[in-house]
Amino acid sequence: MRNARLIAALSVVVAVLAAACGNSPEATGEDGAATTSADTPAVTSDTAGDGGEALSGSVEIDGSSTVAPLTEAIAEEYSAEQPDVRANIGVSGTGGGFERFCAGETDISNASRPIDEEEVALCEEAGVDFTELRVGTDALTVVVNPANDFATCLTFDELTAIFGAEEPAANWNEVNPEFRDSPLQVFAPDVDSGTYDFMLETLDIEESRQDYSASSDDNQIVTGVQGSEGGWGFFGFAYFQENEEALKAVEIDGGEGCVAPAVETAQDGSYPLTRPLFIYVKNEALSRPEVADFASFYLDNVGEVITDVGYIPEPEEAAEEARSALDQALGSAG
Amino acid sequence: MSTDTTQRRWMGDTGQPVSLQSTRSRTGERIIVGLLWLCGAISILTTVGLILVLFIDASAFFREVSIFRFFTDTRWQPFGGLENGHFGVLPLLMGTLLVTAIAIVVAVPLGISSAIYLADYAPRRVRKVLKPTLEILAGVPTIVLGFFAATFMTPVLRAIFGQTVDIYNAASAGIVMGIMIVPTIASLSEDAMSAVPRGLRESAYGLGATKRHVATRVVFPAALSGIVAAVILGIGRAIGETMIVAIAAGNQPSLTFNPFSQIQTMTAYIVQAVAGEAPRGSLTYQSIFAIGALLFLMTFTLNFIAARVVRRFREVY
Amino acid sequence: MAVSTPQRSAEAAVEALGSSRRRVARERRFAGLLVVSTAVAVAVLAVLLIDILLDGAGRLNWQFLTSYPSRRAEQTGILAGLTGTASLMVLVAAMAFPLGVGAAIYLEEFAPDNRFTRLMEVNISNLAGVPSIVYGLLGAAVFVYILGMGRSLISGAATLTLLILPVIIVAGRESLRAVPRALRDAGLALGATRWQVTRREILPLAMPGIFTGTILALSRAIGETAPILLVGALASTRFSNEPWNLLERFSALPITIYGFVTRPQAEFKEEASAAAIIVLMVVLLIMNSIAIVLRNRAQRSL
Repeated sequence: MRNARLIAALSVVVAVLAAACGNSPEATGEDGAATTSADTPAVTSDTAGDGGEALSGSVEIDGSSTVAPLTEAIAEEYSAEQPDVRANIGVSGTGGGFERFCAGETDISNASRPIDEEEVALCEEAGVDFTELRVGTDALTVVVNPANDFATCLTFDELTAIFGAEEPAANWNEVNPEFRDSPLQVFAPDVDSGTYDFMLETLDIEESRQDYSASSDDNQIVTGVQGSEGGWGFFGFAYFQENEEALKAVEIDGGEGCVAPAVETAQDGSYPLTRPLFIYVKNEALSRPEVADFASFYLDNVGEVITDVGYIPEPEEAAEEARSALDQALGSAG
Repeated sequence: MSTDTTQRRWMGDTGQPVSLQSTRSRTGERIIVGLLWLCGAISILTTVGLILVLFIDASAFFREVSIFRFFTDTRWQPFGGLENGHFGVLPLLMGTLLVTAIAIVVAVPLGISSAIYLADYAPRRVRKVLKPTLEILAGVPTIVLGFFAATFMTPVLRAIFGQTVDIYNAASAGIVMGIMIVPTIASLSEDAMSAVPRGLRESAYGLGATKRHVATRVVFPAALSGIVAAVILGIGRAIGETMIVAIAAGNQPSLTFNPFSQIQTMTAYIVQAVAGEAPRGSLTYQSIFAIGALLFLMTFTLNFIAARVVRRFREVY
Repeated sequence: MAVSTPQRSAEAAVEALGSSRRRVARERRFAGLLVVSTAVAVAVLAVLLIDILLDGAGRLNWQFLTSYPSRRAEQTGILAGLTGTASLMVLVAAMAFPLGVGAAIYLEEFAPDNRFTRLMEVNISNLAGVPSIVYGLLGAAVFVYILGMGRSLISGAATLTLLILPVIIVAGRESLRAVPRALRDAGLALGATRWQVTRREILPLAMPGIFTGTILALSRAIGETAPILLVGALASTRFSNEPWNLLERFSALPITIYGFVTRPQAEFKEEASAAAIIVLMVVLLIMNSIAIVLRNRAQRSL
């Protein structure tokens, strides 16, 4: 009688384990087998760390939620090579990341915009020397709900009407009288986000509207726009790529016609919301072999990983510049 | 004569009974008791720590933002700095209270009915199954309930009410939160009702009352203080709950009575602000603790009132 | 307007008296209402469990249990969260058990009946009602910053310890109180010191009850998300937490679930979350069953 509960619990465990053993990856439905390791990009051996000695330790990384998926993908590949190096990746936003970076708390800061003067001063004050490394390009994507068939192309003025602080629109037909009468629901990154800063800068506005659904987690923006008929939001291209069936990307008219976000339009610069992606590495941290190795691995492999993640590879010259900047920093860090 | 010496032997010179304990182990005993006292003192330290941590940063906040502004401004937009930002807590407070109200509307009828059923109506075998079931419900982690709110409750509400239900809304979170506190209200109310003496029930039956009369007109009023305390404690739990609202209710502070629209509760704001890594000492950082202090005060007051209600109005038989 | 007939008058008279048939109907309706209300709560629990099983059972497999989080839904797993939760459990048990039991023994056996003691007791029952997120704020401010332990495993464990300490103390006191007075008096009368009596006579008898309370408190700690979220738990770490690496960043099962639930893709939000929840619930089920078995054994022997 008294052991009945324990037996019941154990039988549940046994049942779950039995089900688990029966649910091998190949046995799970259509999407299971076809998309497993097949699309993991192969990392060629000559880009692996030299000497092949086993490193250990941890690398503290924080910052942009845009760059985070890229850094996470690199970290995933890296852990196959150096399983004892722990990469801890936080998502506090570009601004939040820089705050921690300049306080010396992190080794690498993910950033979807360049570091600004205030932050440079902050780092200087704290004695944190850093190296800026560009790692890729993003086509910032503006999205609407799939049911939205009228907002296929938005001009900068319309974007300002949607997101700017001056008389923000409450309804789509306030944005453009030809649009349908449908309440506008804005989901966007919060003020700590580099994506937010970039949008303000591109639209040339000082302040955004204050009454929107702000999130540091771009996934919440996806969920919001996906679930709201009048939804509007923006985030890095990778998030759109991951959720293509659930969202609709808007073409942007920066004065030269409507251009859709895509790898080609980002690379040739015709897409108005193209922007570089960065990581900032603390020079002092480069004296630790695990950080140096990770940073090297990052630059060596980002070209192969980035398309899979959903962003756009940076131009050759930029990649070379980053490589030489890192080499220089490594040389002086010893 | 002999009683005198006997007395002196037991009473000693001081007139007090002689201790039977040997002095040898007294220091060791003292150390042990001291260690045990320290364990108890940790709880005092915790409370002191709580109060200091919350109120030091909260008071720094209120030096910049007046309490008047805090409670009267109708907008909560704390990321714009002191001039451009708005630090009115009303939207957050409204969000918390809206979700709590929905939860209570769900939990009180269900909880009290379950309590009456368990106390006076349920046959023994049903009771043996029902009580553990309620205990299981009480033990479900709130993250699981948050999952349920987002993946089950919201789609169901949208299926019933259509697109007027936002993807993040107060109702999903509120209803699920109500289910969460049903065990709290039910078990405490049931305890209170079971504590009512049988004699009271029997005499009512003797006068010709039906079971329903006894349950509603005799037992319920007699146990009222315990039931009210249970509801107050349930409210306290709802106010302090974080994960269900963080997942399902949204991050858009809005001063609204509409249960289907996005809101932000005080607890969800704390999660959002901490995730955003506000620099220590900034106004945003301090606002986290101001909200935390308000939360602490609210739940503390509710617990205090609940304890008082039980003590004051409990009918002693 | 109805014509008055003898039948109608008779019915009206019976109505006015409140016939026993109507009373029986009202009774039955009331009882039915109670049953339905109770059933609703049970039904929701059933729906919850079925929903979780339907969503998650298909995803639950050995790969899921032994992989680290990945951005690809079919490759993701909960190993980081599992090891994090296991390590937290070990550390919290190691800290909360001695502190909690010590405080319970002090309050029940040694504390003088004065204002300070009563203050301690009131304080503990107040702490039990503080929302868990406020404990998270306390932990973040004190352990992460002031004591400089950073966003580490030990900070998380310490925060959870503070959270469940009042629960263990209350449970401990009740177990101690359940031991008959006569044993204490007998021991003292034989010349033993208070501590000797406590250690040799009382504690062994109270221990099963204390263990029960501790395990239940631990199972509550394991399900908590908000406090460790504020102290820096990460959803996607790609390594295992061991209990001795105190200063490492850490993950935990509830945090892993939170990471899955907040992603928009159904494979994460519904399937992976539900599978991870099944694991969490199984862990809780095992812990609660052990506690109940212990409690039944204790009740038998006392």
